[in-house]
Amino acid sequence: MNAHDGHILSYGKLLAVLGVLFVLTVITILVSTVDLGAANIWAALLIASVKATFVLLFFMHLKYERSKAFAITFVVTVFCVALLIGFLFWDVSYRV
Amino acid sequence: MNTKTKDNTGAKFGMWLFLYSEIMLFTGLFILYAAYFREYLPDFVNAGKELDLRYGAVNTLILLTSSFTVAAAITAIRKKQAQGSLIFLCISIACGIIFLINKYFEWGHKFSHDIFPNSATLNAGPRGENIFFGLYYVITGLHGVHIIAGLSLLITAAWFVKKGKIVASDFVFLENSGLYWHLVDLIWIFIFPLFYLVI
Repeated sequence: MNAHDGHILSYGKLLAVLGVLFVLTVITILVSTVDLGAANIWAALLIASVKATFVLLFFMHLKYERSKAFAITFVVTVFCVALLIGFLFWDVSYRV
Repeated sequence: MNTKTKDNTGAKFGMWLFLYSEIMLFTGLFILYAAYFREYLPDFVNAGKELDLRYGAVNTLILLTSSFTVAAAITAIRKKQAQGSLIFLCISIACGIIFLINKYFEWGHKFSHDIFPNSATLNAGPRGENIFFGLYYVITGLHGVHIIAGLSLLITAAWFVKKGKIVASDFVFLENSGLYWHLVDLIWIFIFPLFYLVI
């Protein structure tokens, strides 16, 4: 079985992704200088998630994997993380 | 090297499973951060002012660049440009080392202000600030260990490329080392806003 006969990412595309990541880094720094209250946290986490998505899809090649196992297990992992965080804060919020 | 007996998809999938366990490891620490952030918000805000955004921002750009060069090294090897691949890998390794040097100066700066685990200043200060720096040292320290592990993999991969053991028809070691390096970058993408931006 050879997973390597698939798609080769071009240098141009990789460079474009790097450009997007740099721009998002600058944006997240600029956003942090504006006082938005609690929204600052959500903005920072949202931009970080967008950056992470770009790294996963392109640098880590997830978008081009032929086997569905990669995508499925990754989504399951994110779901588990969300579940863990969600239930934890649910618990913490309702503690007396 | 006999490539016929190799299951590259299996090798890569195994690497991904390992990466999931790494994600869970750091998620636990991030949850700890979030829970204490809620409880000691004013202390976290005060403590966060001690951190220098410039170190964090520069290290972010360095890691993103190194992630790009690792991905480019894979593209190069697949295009049968071993020399190019080697150059990209060397740039990645250099970026990782520069990251660690920055970290050294950043930590050194904190140490000179008597801010380190169990220091007199932190022990006498507010509890929340002590917890903030405890988390700061554990999370960035653990991440630093991952950088060192990633560097070891990249150096090994570069050596294999040089020796012709990683070639266009068999480069799964390079791919898995790259995946690990990207994960280290991914974790930093979340560490950066949590410590340097949100407070």
